[in-house]
Amino acid sequence: MTVTVERGGRVARGHHGAATRPRRPRTSYALFLLPGFIAFLVVVVVPFLMNTGVSFTDWQGVGSPTWSGLANYRELMDDSEFWASFRHSLFMVVAMAVVPTALGLVLAAALFDFVAQHFGTRTAAVLRACFYLPQVLPIAVAGIVWSWILAPDNGSLNELLKAVGLGSWQQDWLGDPDLALYSVMGVMVWVQIGFPLVVFMAGLQRVDPQLYEAAELDGAGWWRRFWHITLPQIRPEISVVLLWCTIAALKVFGAVYVLTKGGPGGATDVPSYFSFTTFFEKTQVGYGAAISTVLTVIILALALIGLRFQTRAEDAEEGVRV
Amino acid sequence: MTVLRRYPVLAALVIGALFMVLPFAVVAVNAVKSPAEYSAHGPLSLPRGLYLDGLKDFWQRVDFGQKLLNSVLISGSVAVGAAVLSVLNAYAIGIGRIRGRTWVLAFFVLANTLPQEALVYPVYYLSKQAGLYDTRLSVIIVFTVIQAAFGTYLLSSVLGRFPREIVEAARIDGANQWQVLWRIVVPVSRPTIGVLLVFFFIWTWNEFLLPLVMLISNDNQTVSVALGVLQGQRLMDATMTNAAALLGVLPAIVFFLLFQRTLTRGIAAGAVK
Repeated sequence: MTVTVERGGRVARGHHGAATRPRRPRTSYALFLLPGFIAFLVVVVVPFLMNTGVSFTDWQGVGSPTWSGLANYRELMDDSEFWASFRHSLFMVVAMAVVPTALGLVLAAALFDFVAQHFGTRTAAVLRACFYLPQVLPIAVAGIVWSWILAPDNGSLNELLKAVGLGSWQQDWLGDPDLALYSVMGVMVWVQIGFPLVVFMAGLQRVDPQLYEAAELDGAGWWRRFWHITLPQIRPEISVVLLWCTIAALKVFGAVYVLTKGGPGGATDVPSYFSFTTFFEKTQVGYGAAISTVLTVIILALALIGLRFQTRAEDAEEGVRV
Repeated sequence: MTVLRRYPVLAALVIGALFMVLPFAVVAVNAVKSPAEYSAHGPLSLPRGLYLDGLKDFWQRVDFGQKLLNSVLISGSVAVGAAVLSVLNAYAIGIGRIRGRTWVLAFFVLANTLPQEALVYPVYYLSKQAGLYDTRLSVIIVFTVIQAAFGTYLLSSVLGRFPREIVEAARIDGANQWQVLWRIVVPVSRPTIGVLLVFFFIWTWNEFLLPLVMLISNDNQTVSVALGVLQGQRLMDATMTNAAALLGVLPAIVFFLLFQRTLTRGIAAGAVK
Protein backbone atom coordinates (compact mmCIF):
# COMPACT_ATOMS: atom_id res chain seq x y z
CA MET A 1 0.00 0.00 0.00
CA THR A 2 2.82 2.34 0.90
CA VAL A 3 4.40 1.79 -2.48
CA THR A 4 1.32 2.65 -4.48
CA VAL A 5 0.58 5.73 -2.46
CA GLU A 6 4.19 6.82 -2.72
CA ARG A 7 3.76 6.61 -6.46
CA GLY A 8 0.50 8.52 -6.20
CA GLY A 9 2.28 11.17 -4.19
CA ARG A 10 4.85 11.60 -6.87
CA VAL A 11 2.23 11.84 -9.56
CA ALA A 12 0.49 14.53 -7.58
CA ARG A 13 3.77 16.36 -7.07
CA GLY A 14 4.40 16.05 -10.78
CA HIS A 15 1.37 18.23 -11.34
CA HIS A 16 2.98 20.90 -9.32
CA GLY A 17 6.20 20.59 -11.25
CA ALA A 18 8.42 19.83 -8.25
CA ALA A 19 9.22 16.15 -8.65
CA THR A 20 13.00 16.44 -8.69
CA ARG A 21 13.78 16.94 -5.02
CA PRO A 22 14.51 13.64 -3.24
CA ARG A 23 12.13 12.90 -0.37
CA ARG A 24 12.31 11.18 2.94
CA PRO A 25 10.32 7.95 3.16
CA ARG A 26 6.90 8.73 4.50
CA THR A 27 3.97 6.89 5.89
CA SER A 28 0.89 6.59 3.81
CA TYR A 29 -1.76 9.26 3.76
CA ALA A 30 -4.21 6.45 3.07
CA LEU A 31 -3.98 5.53 6.75
CA PHE A 32 -5.97 8.68 7.53
CA LEU A 33 -8.77 7.31 5.43
CA LEU A 34 -8.91 4.10 7.45
CA PRO A 35 -11.31 5.18 10.24
CA GLY A 36 -13.66 6.76 7.72
CA PHE A 37 -13.42 3.74 5.48
CA ILE A 38 -14.32 1.30 8.27
CA ALA A 39 -17.11 3.52 9.55
CA PHE A 40 -18.66 3.83 6.11
CA LEU A 41 -18.36 0.14 5.55
CA VAL A 42 -20.28 -0.63 8.74
CA VAL A 43 -22.90 2.11 8.65
CA VAL A 44 -23.50 2.68 4.95
CA VAL A 45 -22.07 0.02 2.64
CA VAL A 46 -23.04 -3.13 4.52
CA PRO A 47 -26.59 -1.97 5.36
CA PHE A 48 -27.07 -0.79 1.79
CA LEU A 49 -25.94 -4.13 0.34
CA MET A 50 -28.10 -5.96 2.88
CA ASN A 51 -31.09 -3.88 1.90
CA THR A 52 -30.50 -4.56 -1.78
CA GLY A 53 -30.07 -8.25 -1.07
CA VAL A 54 -33.21 -8.45 1.03
CA SER A 55 -35.19 -6.87 -1.80
CA PHE A 56 -34.77 -10.14 -3.69
CA THR A 57 -36.19 -12.16 -0.85
CA ASP A 58 -39.37 -12.77 1.03
CA TRP A 59 -38.72 -11.80 4.63
CA GLN A 60 -40.88 -10.75 7.58
CA GLY A 61 -37.94 -9.55 9.67
CA VAL A 62 -37.70 -12.75 11.72
CA GLY A 63 -36.29 -16.11 10.76
CA SER A 64 -34.23 -16.33 7.63
CA PRO A 65 -35.18 -14.67 4.34
CA THR A 66 -36.24 -16.93 1.49
CA TRP A 67 -34.95 -16.13 -1.98
CA SER A 68 -37.69 -14.97 -4.29
CA GLY A 69 -35.75 -13.45 -7.16
CA LEU A 70 -37.51 -10.60 -8.85
CA ALA A 71 -40.90 -11.40 -7.34
CA ASN A 72 -40.98 -8.22 -5.23
CA TYR A 73 -40.16 -6.05 -8.20
CA ARG A 74 -42.77 -7.78 -10.35
CA GLU A 75 -45.30 -7.15 -7.62
CA LEU A 76 -44.28 -3.50 -7.49
CA MET A 77 -45.04 -3.07 -11.17
CA ASP A 78 -48.65 -4.02 -10.55
CA ASP A 79 -48.99 -2.18 -7.27
CA SER A 80 -51.09 0.94 -7.77
CA GLU A 81 -50.02 2.21 -4.34
CA PHE A 82 -46.41 2.14 -5.50
CA TRP A 83 -47.14 4.08 -8.68
CA ALA A 84 -49.27 6.56 -6.77
CA SER A 85 -46.46 7.19 -4.31
CA PHE A 86 -44.04 7.98 -7.13
CA ARG A 87 -46.62 10.17 -8.84
CA HIS A 88 -46.90 12.12 -5.60
CA SER A 89 -43.11 12.37 -5.62
CA LEU A 90 -43.36 14.33 -8.85
CA PHE A 91 -45.72 16.74 -7.12
CA MET A 92 -43.16 17.06 -4.34
CA VAL A 93 -40.46 17.84 -6.91
CA VAL A 94 -42.66 20.68 -8.15
CA ALA A 95 -43.25 21.92 -4.61
CA MET A 96 -39.71 21.50 -3.31
CA ALA A 97 -37.51 22.09 -6.36
CA VAL A 98 -39.29 23.81 -9.25
CA VAL A 99 -41.39 26.38 -7.40
CA PRO A 100 -38.79 27.29 -4.75
CA THR A 101 -36.10 27.67 -7.41
CA ALA A 102 -38.28 29.93 -9.56
CA LEU A 103 -39.52 31.99 -6.62
CA GLY A 104 -36.07 31.99 -5.06
CA LEU A 105 -34.53 33.44 -8.23
CA VAL A 106 -36.99 36.31 -8.42
CA LEU A 107 -36.75 36.97 -4.69
CA ALA A 108 -32.96 36.79 -4.66
CA ALA A 109 -32.64 39.15 -7.60
CA ALA A 110 -35.19 41.54 -6.12
CA LEU A 111 -33.49 41.53 -2.72
CA PHE A 112 -30.00 41.75 -4.12
CA ASP A 113 -30.11 44.44 -6.75
CA PHE A 114 -33.28 46.24 -5.76
CA VAL A 115 -33.90 46.23 -2.02
CA ALA A 116 -30.22 46.19 -1.10
CA GLN A 117 -29.55 49.10 -3.45
CA HIS A 118 -32.49 51.29 -2.60
CA PHE A 119 -33.18 50.38 1.01
CA GLY A 120 -29.84 49.18 2.30
CA THR A 121 -28.24 45.79 2.79
CA ARG A 122 -29.62 45.50 6.32
CA THR A 123 -33.19 45.53 5.06
CA ALA A 124 -32.27 42.88 2.50
CA ALA A 125 -30.57 40.77 5.18
CA VAL A 126 -33.57 40.94 7.50
CA LEU A 127 -35.97 39.95 4.72
CA ARG A 128 -33.66 37.12 3.70
CA ALA A 129 -33.57 35.91 7.30
CA CYS A 130 -37.39 35.79 7.39
CA PHE A 131 -37.52 33.65 4.27
CA TYR A 132 -34.77 31.40 5.56
CA LEU A 133 -36.17 30.81 9.04
CA PRO A 134 -38.32 27.73 8.22
CA GLN A 135 -35.20 25.97 6.94
CA VAL A 136 -33.75 25.62 10.44
CA LEU A 137 -37.00 24.31 11.89
CA PRO A 138 -37.21 20.56 12.52
CA ILE A 139 -39.68 19.20 9.98
CA ALA A 140 -41.61 17.54 12.80
CA VAL A 141 -42.18 20.95 14.38
CA ALA A 142 -43.11 22.57 11.07
CA GLY A 143 -45.61 19.75 10.66
CA ILE A 144 -47.18 20.41 14.05
CA VAL A 145 -47.45 24.11 13.33
CA TRP A 146 -49.06 23.62 9.95
CA SER A 147 -51.39 20.78 10.79
CA TRP A 148 -52.79 22.98 13.54
CA ILE A 149 -53.10 25.99 11.22
CA LEU A 150 -54.76 23.86 8.54
CA ALA A 151 -57.06 22.02 10.96
CA PRO A 152 -60.70 21.90 9.79
CA ASP A 153 -62.28 23.07 13.07
CA ASN A 154 -60.81 26.11 14.72
CA GLY A 155 -57.74 26.04 12.48
CA SER A 156 -56.23 29.48 11.92
CA LEU A 157 -56.60 29.41 8.16
CA ASN A 158 -60.29 28.55 8.26
CA GLU A 159 -60.87 31.09 11.03
CA LEU A 160 -59.09 33.70 8.98
CA LEU A 161 -61.21 32.94 5.93
CA LYS A 162 -64.34 33.25 8.05
CA ALA A 163 -63.14 36.51 9.56
CA VAL A 164 -62.64 38.13 6.17
CA GLY A 165 -65.99 36.92 4.88
CA LEU A 166 -64.77 34.02 2.78
CA GLY A 167 -66.35 31.41 5.02
CA SER A 168 -67.43 29.37 2.00
CA TRP A 169 -63.75 28.79 1.15
CA GLN A 170 -63.16 26.88 4.35
CA GLN A 171 -61.81 23.43 3.73
CA ASP A 172 -60.57 20.35 5.50
CA TRP A 173 -57.17 21.16 4.04
CA LEU A 174 -55.33 18.02 5.07
CA GLY A 175 -58.32 15.69 5.35
CA ASP A 176 -59.84 16.11 1.91
CA PRO A 177 -58.33 13.53 -0.48
CA ASP A 178 -58.57 15.96 -3.40
CA LEU A 179 -56.87 18.73 -1.50
CA ALA A 180 -54.41 17.13 0.91
CA LEU A 181 -51.57 16.75 -1.58
CA TYR A 182 -51.78 20.41 -2.57
CA SER A 183 -51.84 21.48 1.08
CA VAL A 184 -48.70 19.44 1.76
CA MET A 185 -47.12 20.98 -1.33
CA GLY A 186 -47.89 24.44 -0.02
CA VAL A 187 -46.24 23.65 3.29
CA MET A 188 -43.18 22.28 1.49
CA VAL A 189 -42.80 25.45 -0.57
CA TRP A 190 -42.82 27.38 2.71
CA VAL A 191 -40.23 25.03 4.19
CA GLN A 192 -37.95 24.98 1.17
CA ILE A 193 -37.90 28.50 -0.27
CA GLY A 194 -35.12 29.80 1.99
CA PHE A 195 -32.50 27.43 0.64
CA PRO A 196 -32.52 28.54 -3.02
CA LEU A 197 -32.87 32.16 -1.93
CA VAL A 198 -29.73 32.08 0.20
CA VAL A 199 -27.67 30.21 -2.39
CA PHE A 200 -28.76 32.53 -5.20
CA MET A 201 -28.06 35.67 -3.18
CA ALA A 202 -24.56 34.41 -2.49
CA GLY A 203 -24.14 33.56 -6.16
CA LEU A 204 -25.20 37.03 -7.22
CA GLN A 205 -22.27 38.47 -5.30
CA ARG A 206 -19.97 36.88 -7.87
CA VAL A 207 -21.61 38.71 -10.73
CA ASP A 208 -19.63 41.66 -12.01
CA PRO A 209 -21.65 44.80 -11.25
CA GLN A 210 -20.31 46.34 -14.45
CA LEU A 211 -22.50 43.96 -16.43
CA TYR A 212 -25.56 45.48 -14.82
CA GLU A 213 -24.31 49.01 -15.21
CA ALA A 214 -23.63 48.44 -18.89
CA ALA A 215 -27.06 46.90 -19.40
CA GLU A 216 -28.70 49.73 -17.52
CA LEU A 217 -26.92 52.26 -19.72
CA ASP A 218 -28.20 50.39 -22.74
CA GLY A 219 -31.67 50.94 -21.36
CA ALA A 220 -32.42 47.37 -20.27
CA GLY A 221 -35.22 47.19 -17.69
CA TRP A 222 -35.18 45.07 -14.54
CA TRP A 223 -36.75 42.00 -16.14
CA ARG A 224 -34.44 42.10 -19.14
CA ARG A 225 -31.42 42.35 -16.87
CA PHE A 226 -32.79 39.50 -14.78
CA TRP A 227 -33.29 37.33 -17.86
CA HIS A 228 -30.11 38.17 -19.75
CA ILE A 229 -27.59 38.71 -16.96
CA THR A 230 -28.72 37.26 -13.65
CA LEU A 231 -29.97 33.92 -14.98
CA PRO A 232 -26.98 33.04 -17.18
CA GLN A 233 -24.49 34.27 -14.60
CA ILE A 234 -25.72 32.10 -11.76
CA ARG A 235 -26.55 29.05 -13.86
CA PRO A 236 -24.18 26.81 -11.84
CA GLU A 237 -26.07 27.68 -8.66
CA ILE A 238 -29.41 27.07 -10.35
CA SER A 239 -28.49 23.60 -11.53
CA VAL A 240 -27.01 22.60 -8.18
CA VAL A 241 -30.04 23.87 -6.29
CA LEU A 242 -32.46 22.15 -8.65
CA LEU A 243 -30.60 18.88 -8.28
CA TRP A 244 -30.30 19.03 -4.49
CA CYS A 245 -33.90 20.05 -4.04
CA THR A 246 -35.11 17.33 -6.41
CA ILE A 247 -33.24 14.73 -4.39
CA ALA A 248 -34.61 16.19 -1.15
CA ALA A 249 -38.11 16.07 -2.64
CA LEU A 250 -37.74 12.40 -3.53
CA LYS A 251 -36.65 11.66 0.04
CA VAL A 252 -39.40 13.63 1.78
CA PHE A 253 -40.63 11.69 4.81
CA GLY A 254 -41.03 13.70 8.01
CA ALA A 255 -43.51 16.19 6.59
CA VAL A 256 -45.79 13.44 5.33
CA TYR A 257 -45.48 11.49 8.55
CA VAL A 258 -46.44 14.45 10.69
CA LEU A 259 -48.96 16.19 8.43
CA THR A 260 -51.02 13.37 6.94
CA LYS A 261 -49.43 9.96 7.58
CA GLY A 262 -49.78 9.41 3.84
CA GLY A 263 -53.53 9.86 4.03
CA PRO A 264 -56.35 10.41 3.55
CA GLY A 265 -56.64 7.10 1.75
CA GLY A 266 -53.08 7.21 0.44
CA ALA A 267 -53.64 10.61 -1.20
CA THR A 268 -50.29 11.92 0.04
CA ASP A 269 -48.29 8.70 0.22
CA VAL A 270 -44.70 9.05 -0.99
CA PRO A 271 -42.07 6.33 -1.61
CA SER A 272 -40.15 6.88 1.60
CA TYR A 273 -43.30 6.80 3.72
CA PHE A 274 -44.57 3.82 1.75
CA SER A 275 -41.36 1.89 2.40
CA PHE A 276 -41.42 2.93 6.07
CA THR A 277 -44.93 1.52 6.61
CA THR A 278 -44.09 -1.59 4.61
CA PHE A 279 -40.99 -2.16 6.76
CA PHE A 280 -42.33 -1.39 10.19
CA GLU A 281 -46.12 -1.66 10.11
CA LYS A 282 -46.75 -4.42 7.58
CA THR A 283 -43.31 -5.97 8.32
CA GLN A 284 -42.96 -7.05 4.69
CA VAL A 285 -39.27 -6.32 4.83
CA GLY A 286 -38.44 -7.76 1.40
CA TYR A 287 -41.10 -5.69 -0.29
CA GLY A 288 -40.13 -2.54 1.62
CA ALA A 289 -36.51 -3.09 0.61
CA ALA A 290 -37.58 -3.32 -3.03
CA ILE A 291 -39.40 0.03 -2.77
CA SER A 292 -36.41 1.72 -1.19
CA THR A 293 -34.06 0.15 -3.73
CA VAL A 294 -36.05 1.62 -6.60
CA LEU A 295 -35.99 4.99 -4.87
CA THR A 296 -32.24 4.67 -4.33
CA VAL A 297 -31.57 3.83 -7.97
CA ILE A 298 -33.48 6.90 -9.11
CA ILE A 299 -31.71 9.17 -6.64
CA LEU A 300 -28.24 7.80 -7.39
CA ALA A 301 -28.86 8.18 -11.12
CA LEU A 302 -29.81 11.81 -10.58
CA ALA A 303 -26.78 12.37 -8.34
CA LEU A 304 -24.43 10.83 -10.91
CA ILE A 305 -25.82 13.01 -13.67
CA GLY A 306 -25.41 16.03 -11.42
CA LEU A 307 -21.86 15.04 -10.52
CA ARG A 308 -20.88 14.64 -14.17
CA PHE A 309 -22.49 17.95 -14.98
CA GLN A 310 -20.73 19.73 -12.15
CA THR A 311 -17.30 18.28 -12.91
CA ARG A 312 -17.66 19.22 -16.55
CA ALA A 313 -18.77 22.74 -15.65
CA GLU A 314 -15.78 23.13 -13.33
CA ASP A 315 -13.38 21.79 -15.93
CA ALA A 316 -14.77 24.14 -18.51
CA GLU A 317 -14.49 27.03 -16.10
CA GLU A 318 -10.95 26.56 -14.86
CA GLY A 319 -9.33 24.36 -17.42
CA VAL A 320 -8.67 20.76 -16.41
CA ARG A 321 -7.97 20.85 -12.70
CA VAL A 322 -6.72 18.04 -10.54
CA MET B 1 -36.47 54.08 -10.84
CA THR B 2 -39.18 56.27 -9.43
CA VAL B 3 -40.18 56.23 -5.81
CA LEU B 4 -43.70 55.30 -6.91
CA ARG B 5 -42.48 52.04 -8.35
CA ARG B 6 -40.01 51.31 -5.59
CA TYR B 7 -42.37 50.91 -2.70
CA PRO B 8 -44.83 48.41 -4.16
CA VAL B 9 -41.95 45.99 -4.73
CA LEU B 10 -40.70 46.43 -1.18
CA ALA B 11 -44.24 46.08 0.12
CA ALA B 12 -44.70 42.82 -1.79
CA LEU B 13 -41.44 41.46 -0.39
CA VAL B 14 -42.35 42.52 3.14
CA ILE B 15 -45.76 40.84 2.83
CA GLY B 16 -44.01 37.71 1.60
CA ALA B 17 -41.61 37.81 4.52
CA LEU B 18 -44.47 38.33 6.96
CA PHE B 19 -46.25 35.34 5.50
CA MET B 20 -43.11 33.29 6.19
CA VAL B 21 -42.93 34.27 9.87
CA LEU B 22 -46.68 34.50 10.50
CA PRO B 23 -47.01 30.84 11.50
CA PHE B 24 -44.39 31.40 14.22
CA ALA B 25 -46.29 34.40 15.52
CA VAL B 26 -49.62 32.56 15.53
CA VAL B 27 -48.06 29.71 17.47
CA ALA B 28 -46.44 32.01 20.01
CA VAL B 29 -49.69 33.91 20.55
CA ASN B 30 -51.76 30.79 21.07
CA ALA B 31 -49.27 29.01 23.30
CA VAL B 32 -49.85 31.62 26.01
CA LYS B 33 -53.66 31.46 25.90
CA SER B 34 -55.68 29.47 28.39
CA PRO B 35 -57.86 26.70 26.95
CA ALA B 36 -60.96 28.66 27.99
CA GLU B 37 -59.77 31.74 26.18
CA TYR B 38 -58.84 29.70 23.14
CA SER B 39 -62.23 28.07 22.85
CA ALA B 40 -64.04 31.37 23.46
CA HIS B 41 -62.13 33.55 21.01
CA GLY B 42 -60.49 31.15 18.60
CA PRO B 43 -56.92 31.15 17.33
CA LEU B 44 -56.82 34.65 15.85
CA SER B 45 -57.49 36.79 18.91
CA LEU B 46 -54.65 38.32 20.84
CA PRO B 47 -54.04 36.80 24.28
CA ARG B 48 -55.67 38.66 27.18
CA GLY B 49 -53.03 37.58 29.64
CA LEU B 50 -49.98 35.43 29.91
CA TYR B 51 -51.05 31.85 30.59
CA LEU B 52 -47.98 29.70 31.03
CA ASP B 53 -49.55 26.62 32.58
CA GLY B 54 -50.04 25.06 29.15
CA LEU B 55 -46.33 25.26 28.49
CA LYS B 56 -45.52 24.04 31.97
CA ASP B 57 -47.94 21.09 31.72
CA PHE B 58 -46.59 20.11 28.37
CA TRP B 59 -43.00 20.37 29.56
CA GLN B 60 -43.71 18.04 32.48
CA ARG B 61 -45.92 15.65 30.57
CA VAL B 62 -43.35 14.88 27.91
CA ASP B 63 -40.34 15.44 30.18
CA PHE B 64 -39.14 18.03 27.71
CA GLY B 65 -35.93 18.73 29.63
CA GLN B 66 -34.84 15.14 29.03
CA LYS B 67 -35.68 15.44 25.32
CA LEU B 68 -33.65 18.61 25.05
CA LEU B 69 -30.76 16.95 26.81
CA ASN B 70 -30.94 13.97 24.44
CA SER B 71 -31.03 16.24 21.40
CA VAL B 72 -28.08 18.28 22.64
CA LEU B 73 -26.11 15.16 23.53
CA ILE B 74 -26.77 13.43 20.21
CA SER B 75 -26.35 16.50 17.99
CA GLY B 76 -23.25 17.67 19.85
CA SER B 77 -21.52 14.29 19.74
CA VAL B 78 -22.38 13.88 16.07
CA ALA B 79 -21.10 17.36 15.20
CA VAL B 80 -17.74 16.73 16.86
CA GLY B 81 -17.39 13.13 15.67
CA ALA B 82 -18.37 13.90 12.11
CA ALA B 83 -16.04 16.91 11.98
CA VAL B 84 -13.11 14.75 13.14
CA LEU B 85 -13.94 12.04 10.62
CA SER B 86 -14.34 14.62 7.84
CA VAL B 87 -10.99 16.19 8.65
CA LEU B 88 -9.21 12.83 8.55
CA ASN B 89 -10.83 11.84 5.26
CA ALA B 90 -10.29 15.23 3.68
CA TYR B 91 -6.66 15.29 4.79
CA ALA B 92 -5.98 12.10 2.88
CA ILE B 93 -7.95 13.24 -0.16
CA GLY B 94 -7.25 16.96 -0.33
CA ILE B 95 -3.69 17.16 0.94
CA GLY B 96 -2.41 13.59 0.75
CA ARG B 97 -3.88 13.39 -2.77
CA ILE B 98 -4.05 9.63 -2.44
CA ARG B 99 -4.44 7.50 -5.52
CA GLY B 100 -7.96 7.18 -6.81
CA ARG B 101 -9.09 10.17 -4.76
CA THR B 102 -11.65 11.16 -7.39
CA TRP B 103 -13.34 7.81 -6.91
CA VAL B 104 -13.11 8.02 -3.15
CA LEU B 105 -14.67 11.46 -3.28
CA ALA B 106 -17.40 10.30 -5.64
CA PHE B 107 -18.12 7.50 -3.18
CA PHE B 108 -18.62 9.99 -0.34
CA VAL B 109 -20.85 12.18 -2.46
CA LEU B 110 -23.02 9.23 -3.41
CA ALA B 111 -23.12 8.04 0.20
CA ASN B 112 -24.33 11.51 1.08
CA THR B 113 -27.23 11.36 -1.38
CA LEU B 114 -28.25 7.82 -0.48
CA PRO B 115 -31.80 7.85 0.91
CA GLN B 116 -31.94 6.74 4.53
CA GLU B 117 -34.83 4.47 3.60
CA ALA B 118 -32.29 2.19 1.95
CA LEU B 119 -30.32 1.90 5.20
CA VAL B 120 -32.97 2.06 7.85
CA TYR B 121 -34.05 -1.54 8.09
CA PRO B 122 -30.59 -3.13 8.10
CA VAL B 123 -29.39 -0.48 10.56
CA TYR B 124 -32.36 -1.28 12.77
CA TYR B 125 -31.74 -5.00 12.44
CA LEU B 126 -27.97 -4.83 12.97
CA SER B 127 -28.27 -2.53 15.96
CA LYS B 128 -30.66 -5.01 17.54
CA GLN B 129 -28.12 -7.77 16.95
CA ALA B 130 -25.38 -5.64 18.46
CA GLY B 131 -27.49 -4.70 21.48
CA LEU B 132 -27.43 -1.04 20.49
CA TYR B 133 -31.09 -0.68 19.55
CA ASP B 134 -32.89 2.14 21.37
CA THR B 135 -29.66 3.72 22.56
CA ARG B 136 -28.54 7.24 21.86
CA LEU B 137 -25.15 5.81 20.95
CA SER B 138 -26.58 3.99 17.92
CA VAL B 139 -28.01 7.23 16.53
CA ILE B 140 -24.76 9.05 17.26
CA ILE B 141 -22.73 6.45 15.36
CA VAL B 142 -25.03 6.41 12.35
CA PHE B 143 -25.25 10.17 11.97
CA THR B 144 -21.56 10.73 12.60
CA VAL B 145 -20.92 8.68 9.49
CA ILE B 146 -23.76 10.10 7.40
CA GLN B 147 -22.87 13.72 8.15
CA ALA B 148 -19.17 13.01 7.60
CA ALA B 149 -19.99 12.17 3.98
CA PHE B 150 -20.94 15.77 3.34
CA GLY B 151 -18.10 17.08 5.47
CA THR B 152 -15.55 15.04 3.55
CA TYR B 153 -16.89 16.36 0.28
CA LEU B 154 -16.80 20.00 1.38
CA LEU B 155 -13.48 19.88 3.25
CA SER B 156 -11.69 17.92 0.53
CA SER B 157 -12.26 20.67 -1.97
CA VAL B 158 -11.22 23.30 0.56
CA LEU B 159 -8.05 21.41 1.47
CA GLY B 160 -7.38 20.73 -2.22
CA ARG B 161 -6.66 24.44 -2.49
CA PHE B 162 -4.57 24.50 0.71
CA PRO B 163 -1.20 26.19 0.05
CA ARG B 164 1.20 23.31 -0.56
CA GLU B 165 4.21 25.40 0.43
CA ILE B 166 3.07 25.53 4.05
CA VAL B 167 2.76 21.75 4.22
CA GLU B 168 6.09 21.22 2.46
CA ALA B 169 7.85 23.71 4.72
CA ALA B 170 6.55 22.01 7.85
CA ARG B 171 7.62 18.63 6.50
CA ILE B 172 11.12 19.92 5.84
CA ASP B 173 11.21 21.21 9.40
CA GLY B 174 10.67 17.62 10.48
CA ALA B 175 6.95 17.61 11.29
CA ASN B 176 5.26 14.28 10.68
CA GLN B 177 1.86 13.92 9.09
CA TRP B 178 -0.01 14.07 12.37
CA GLN B 179 1.75 17.22 13.41
CA VAL B 180 1.07 18.83 10.04
CA LEU B 181 -2.60 17.91 10.38
CA TRP B 182 -3.21 19.09 13.95
CA ARG B 183 -0.80 22.02 14.15
CA ILE B 184 -1.19 23.48 10.66
CA VAL B 185 -4.07 22.19 8.57
CA VAL B 186 -6.73 22.16 11.30
CA PRO B 187 -5.95 25.62 12.71
CA VAL B 188 -5.87 27.16 9.24
CA SER B 189 -9.14 25.48 8.23
CA ARG B 190 -10.91 26.47 11.43
CA PRO B 191 -13.56 28.65 9.73
CA THR B 192 -14.69 25.81 7.46
CA ILE B 193 -14.65 23.33 10.31
CA GLY B 194 -16.75 25.78 12.32
CA VAL B 195 -19.33 25.91 9.56
CA LEU B 196 -19.40 22.12 9.47
CA LEU B 197 -19.91 21.88 13.24
CA VAL B 198 -22.90 24.21 13.07
CA PHE B 199 -24.39 22.39 10.12
CA PHE B 200 -23.92 18.93 11.59
CA PHE B 201 -25.46 20.05 14.85
CA ILE B 202 -28.57 21.55 13.31
CA TRP B 203 -29.03 18.81 10.72
CA THR B 204 -28.79 16.12 13.37
CA TRP B 205 -31.14 18.08 15.63
CA ASN B 206 -33.71 18.10 12.81
CA GLU B 207 -33.29 14.47 11.71
CA PHE B 208 -36.45 12.45 11.89
CA LEU B 209 -36.68 9.05 10.17
CA LEU B 210 -33.73 7.21 11.70
CA PRO B 211 -34.19 8.56 15.24
CA LEU B 212 -37.89 7.73 14.96
CA VAL B 213 -37.05 4.12 14.18
CA MET B 214 -34.11 3.76 16.53
CA LEU B 215 -35.27 5.58 19.66
CA ILE B 216 -38.49 4.15 20.99
CA SER B 217 -38.21 4.64 24.72
CA ASN B 218 -39.23 7.99 26.18
CA ASP B 219 -35.92 8.48 27.92
CA ASN B 220 -33.93 8.37 24.70
CA GLN B 221 -36.07 10.33 22.29
CA THR B 222 -34.99 13.60 20.73
CA VAL B 223 -37.15 16.72 20.59
CA SER B 224 -38.03 16.08 16.94
CA VAL B 225 -39.03 12.48 17.49
CA ALA B 226 -41.02 13.15 20.66
CA LEU B 227 -43.00 15.96 19.04
CA GLY B 228 -43.49 14.05 15.79
CA VAL B 229 -44.77 10.99 17.60
CA LEU B 230 -47.14 13.05 19.75
CA GLN B 231 -48.49 14.76 16.68
CA GLY B 232 -48.85 11.43 14.90
CA GLN B 233 -50.96 10.08 17.75
CA ARG B 234 -53.43 12.96 17.33
CA LEU B 235 -53.91 13.15 21.09
CA MET B 236 -53.07 16.78 21.65
CA ASP B 237 -55.63 19.51 22.19
CA ALA B 238 -55.09 22.97 20.76
CA THR B 239 -53.29 24.42 23.78
CA MET B 240 -50.98 21.46 24.03
CA THR B 241 -50.28 21.53 20.30
CA ASN B 242 -49.25 25.14 20.54
CA ALA B 243 -47.13 24.52 23.59
CA ALA B 244 -45.43 21.69 21.71
CA ALA B 245 -44.93 23.83 18.63
CA LEU B 246 -43.55 26.76 20.59
CA LEU B 247 -41.12 24.61 22.56
CA GLY B 248 -40.04 22.97 19.32
CA VAL B 249 -39.59 26.28 17.54
CA LEU B 250 -37.63 28.03 20.29
CA PRO B 251 -34.37 26.05 20.05
CA ALA B 252 -34.45 26.47 16.27
CA ILE B 253 -34.81 30.23 16.65
CA VAL B 254 -31.98 30.31 19.16
CA PHE B 255 -29.70 28.43 16.74
CA PHE B 256 -30.81 30.66 13.95
CA LEU B 257 -29.96 33.85 15.81
CA LEU B 258 -26.68 32.42 17.03
CA PHE B 259 -25.53 31.05 13.72
CA GLN B 260 -27.33 33.09 11.10
CA ARG B 261 -24.14 34.29 9.46
CA THR B 262 -22.46 30.91 9.47
CA LEU B 263 -25.58 29.26 8.14
CA THR B 264 -26.28 31.53 5.23
CA ARG B 265 -22.64 31.74 4.20
CA GLY B 266 -21.92 28.09 4.72
CA ILE B 267 -24.90 26.95 2.70
CA ALA B 268 -23.75 28.99 -0.22
CA ALA B 269 -20.25 27.57 0.07
CA GLY B 270 -21.55 24.02 0.39
CA ALA B 271 -23.94 24.26 -2.50
CA VAL B 272 -21.60 25.67 -5.05
CA LYS B 273 -18.55 23.72 -4.13
